[in-house]
Amino acid sequence: MPSTSFKRGVHPPYFKEATREGEIGRASLPRIVRIPLEQHIGSPANPVVKLGEHVKTGQLIAEAGGYVSAAIHSSVSGRVTAIRAFPHPFGTKMPAIEIESDGRDTLSKEIRPVRDYLSLSSEEIIEGVHVAGIVGMGGAGFPTHVKLKPPKGRRIHTLILNGAECEPFLTCDFRLMLERPVEVLQGALVLKKAVSGDRIIIGIEANKEEAIESMSGAAASFGEVSVVRLEVKYPQGSELQLIKAVAGVELPKSKLPLEAGFVVQNVATSFAVFEAVAGGKPLYERVVTVAGSGVREPGNFLVRIGTLFSDLLEQAGGIVEDAAKVIMGGPMMGLAQHSLEVPVVKGTSGILVFRDSEVPVLNALPCIHCGRCETHCPSGLPTARIGLAAEFGKYDVTEALGVMECIECGCCSYVCPSKRPMTHYMRAAKAEIMTRRKREKAASAG
Amino acid sequence: MQDRLLVVSSSPHFRAKGSTARIMFDVIIALLPAVVGAWLFFRGKALVVIGVSVSAAVLTELLMLGMRRRKPTVADINSAIITGTLVAFCVTPTLPWWAAVVGSAFGIAIAKHCFGGLGFNIFNPALAGRIFLMHAYIVPMTSWTPTYFEEREIRASEESRSAETSQQVDGESYASPLGKIKEAVLQKRPLDEVKKQLPGYWRLFVGNVGGCVGETSAALLLLGALYLLWRRIIRLHIPLAFLGSLALLTWIFGGVQMVGGEPRIHFFHGDPLFHVLAGGAVLGAFFMATDMVTSPIGPKGMLIFGFGCGTLTAVIRLWGGFPEGVSYSIFLMNMCVPLIDKFTMPKLFGADFGK
Repeated sequence: MPSTSFKRGVHPPYFKEATREGEIGRASLPRIVRIPLEQHIGSPANPVVKLGEHVKTGQLIAEAGGYVSAAIHSSVSGRVTAIRAFPHPFGTKMPAIEIESDGRDTLSKEIRPVRDYLSLSSEEIIEGVHVAGIVGMGGAGFPTHVKLKPPKGRRIHTLILNGAECEPFLTCDFRLMLERPVEVLQGALVLKKAVSGDRIIIGIEANKEEAIESMSGAAASFGEVSVVRLEVKYPQGSELQLIKAVAGVELPKSKLPLEAGFVVQNVATSFAVFEAVAGGKPLYERVVTVAGSGVREPGNFLVRIGTLFSDLLEQAGGIVEDAAKVIMGGPMMGLAQHSLEVPVVKGTSGILVFRDSEVPVLNALPCIHCGRCETHCPSGLPTARIGLAAEFGKYDVTEALGVMECIECGCCSYVCPSKRPMTHYMRAAKAEIMTRRKREKAASAG
Repeated sequence: MQDRLLVVSSSPHFRAKGSTARIMFDVIIALLPAVVGAWLFFRGKALVVIGVSVSAAVLTELLMLGMRRRKPTVADINSAIITGTLVAFCVTPTLPWWAAVVGSAFGIAIAKHCFGGLGFNIFNPALAGRIFLMHAYIVPMTSWTPTYFEEREIRASEESRSAETSQQVDGESYASPLGKIKEAVLQKRPLDEVKKQLPGYWRLFVGNVGGCVGETSAALLLLGALYLLWRRIIRLHIPLAFLGSLALLTWIFGGVQMVGGEPRIHFFHGDPLFHVLAGGAVLGAFFMATDMVTSPIGPKGMLIFGFGCGTLTAVIRLWGGFPEGVSYSIFLMNMCVPLIDKFTMPKLFGADFGK
């Protein structure tokens, strides 16, 4: 079976060997969890518990702060010891609910399996997903229930299940597809029903042969499900690039996939949807890959949301003495952490630790117009030209050159021989343009 | 557990191998076959020109960086070595050493650093150096010498002739192949007779023909170019468009026939292969026009740029006052690069959606 892909992109080394054989192990119950109110795109959740209150595992502790928001549940049973700002993996301090575990892990009574989940209606499924606080678990954290409701007049025909896992090091999705293919598939079937779609396409990179086999096996008896082998290339798991690879449709970033009848869900999200809809279980734990040369015993762990990085790293054998960089997510798009006292959130696919020797100080040189960033940009952007404009603060030029279409995949920085912070220039330009737009809007409104 | 500060930086946290210094180093490697060629054909005097020119370029680079209070990087030094070598490649082997110094220094100081140094120069510094020398020292810049092998042939024939007639032959002034053609055209002589005196394709390809230090051997230059292509430092767009358009135009318009004692264009009877192999076309197309800093970024722009270079070269060679036009055409096209870049944007992902 030939593999399909998108144009351009890069081929970083994958380094998945360390954890790809590692069965998902249950991380030990944390003594303390700090569950941020903001783990998703949209408004933060509003706490519904009080300081000192006793909560149970899976109990709602903060309700969605609007339509584009997500509910937050306790991941342990115990006492609420603080509701205040704590270090957040997104880089700043953000409000979180701290819960001290009583070690008993008493399940909330709200969690009840649904026997005939396959006969649930579309609305019931979406409600179940909404209540469970499920967000995109590939990293973006977009509330899933929002994605399942196309605007009036639009119909979703295809659910694409994203099993590409194109980021180096990460194997959490791979292990999930390997160990729980039936659950992942059932979740997809439920999602397809929620959107009243016709078919499911599961896209998996060709370097995960076992996952392709296991998912194909699980899908064998369902005619409307097909597994597509994807070329091993980064960013194959990017939503737009994945749609291009499996369905041949190129969508601009300014358009939502559902405008072309697609909805893309990560396999981990699909698994969470299955657990929520069939098991009534809210999203309070997820699989996290702990890897990188700075981790003594790399592996895949089923981790409670809110578990501190330091806690989880301890369980992975601790980190080496010359550990210099800690990343949440993959090395291409992940966020560097300034502290290990940040919690695992719903979008934490991995925690990577790198040694001193792997974290070179890069001195950026001037652009020599080699054009490598442009030949590799999956969005087809004139990145070299945008980078130069951004470097000199000409943000209106970057906007005209299409910087808002940038998906921040990191390919441009990755290939730049002058080690220029290309992706950072893109981000800076986008942020500046957004600020200007807001200012203009406020000015015209006022 | 964590008793030290962590490094925080913007993603991606991975970088591909390769550096600007390495790219420059690859170009230096690619120039080496032609350096060997320079020694083969012009012996020690060519190496002196190259050595002096490279030293002057590096020293000027260091001086300018010092004046601009920048720390020199390996990329800067390597880039200066390339400029120095290329300046030497496009001057005569007999150029006085101080002229080579002036050429390199002008290229680095004026054409490169006055525009902002590495990455910011509009013009190829080596070409700027050559053009400066052409205008400042036209006589030494156009005093051609035969190659080492040609010289031996001449001496051998002189000896045999003098043995027969015991008479000295006047040392005829040596002209480059393109110079001979231009002379014939300007003197309105039929080209056929000139052509008989011109070196054959094979000789041009090998490089056993008088000319600039590094431009004569197409074979050795192509060897270096192959290395650059293999290392993906250059792409074929510019050289192909350059040499292709040069060949096409010289084929269409390069032929001359005598009509009533007056030369007229003999359409589609030109000699494209001669025009590609003679002079600095191969050096220019593969090593000068492909300079990343002074050529367009994208493939579409590269084609336009190469086509412009080839067309201008053909126009200068066929109808201009100079026998050779490679350096001027690249120089002129360098000026157009920002404009070309502006109008040759890559196609955005999803641009056709909804159309």
